[in-house]
Amino acid sequence: MSEVPNLDYIKEISGGNEDFEKKFLNIIQTEFPKEKQEYITFLESDNLEESAKVVHKIKHKLGILGLTGGYKLAIQYEEDLKYGNTKLKDEFHEILESVEGFILKIA
Amino acid sequence: MKCIIVDDEGSARAIIKELCNTIPEMEVVAEFPNALEALKFLKNNQVDLIFLDIHMPKLTGVDFVETVANPPKIVFTTSDTDFAIEAYGYDFILDYLVKPISAERFHKCAKKIHNLFQKENSNLEKEGTLDEEDHLYINIDRRLIKLKFHDIQLIEAQGDYIEIQTRDKRYRVHSTLKKIKEKLPDSKFLQIHRSYIINFSQIVDIQDNSVLIERNVIPISRSNRPELMQRLNLL
Repeated sequence: MSEVPNLDYIKEISGGNEDFEKKFLNIIQTEFPKEKQEYITFLESDNLEESAKVVHKIKHKLGILGLTGGYKLAIQYEEDLKYGNTKLKDEFHEILESVEGFILKIA
Repeated sequence: MKCIIVDDEGSARAIIKELCNTIPEMEVVAEFPNALEALKFLKNNQVDLIFLDIHMPKLTGVDFVETVANPPKIVFTTSDTDFAIEAYGYDFILDYLVKPISAERFHKCAKKIHNLFQKENSNLEKEGTLDEEDHLYINIDRRLIKLKFHDIQLIEAQGDYIEIQTRDKRYRVHSTLKKIKEKLPDSKFLQIHRSYIINFSQIVDIQDNSVLIERNVIPISRSNRPELMQRLNLL
């Protein structure tokens, strides 16, 4: 993936409120790893319906972090999972890695 | 405008709260990670608006809407890009915001809400001035119920409450006889006892020191009796 996560959206919402930005990033840093783990657990136990629900939540965070392409892929992947199709798994995992790396960088 | 936010994602709640902070008339009074906690809160608290996520575990936003009694205005928030609000057909669902919510879209929604509340308030005011002698409104469980004067049979004082009896219902309202008396037309209502006001036109008969209204025997106090007798169209 050539897309790189960014904080443009968060800065737009915060209007320069640094306290909010800090608090918000803390929330993302807490929520994202949990959701990623939850997704993997469901996927490994072949519970694709539940993993689709977690992808639904992760999708929102991809949008927040400016990953437009990743967001679109997650929409498709969520739908595919509901029908038992995991063909976008590797691409989605690449996006997850990219987000995780970004989160660690800004921590 | 009192708002609550219901969303299982902390990040979504934080964004909506921050966006609400940019609208002076919006006050976020509470936020909940699930719909069940919000339902509990609404049992004892009144709000004007709920930002409600659709996809939540246990109880979804749609289940919530179908569960909550007398729902306030609702704005759905969703990550579904193809969401169709029309499918729900509830007039209290004002809008839906696709997450991540842009500041521009949120402000458009806030303007829509502002206009709607303004319109509703002005309609209420207009209604009040046009036919103010026909009816009054009582507040029951966050609902303003319109009672036409001619439907009211009697009003009984019960401690800190009054009970208003109409042909088919009884309403218990936190108020006093003195307060409601001020809202009622003297030509139609009369206080015949320290605990009772009656609708004069609903009297069935009068016997000694009591009045019969439908099947209710209402006592007449000695001090109120002369006025009652004076107003009777006695043959």
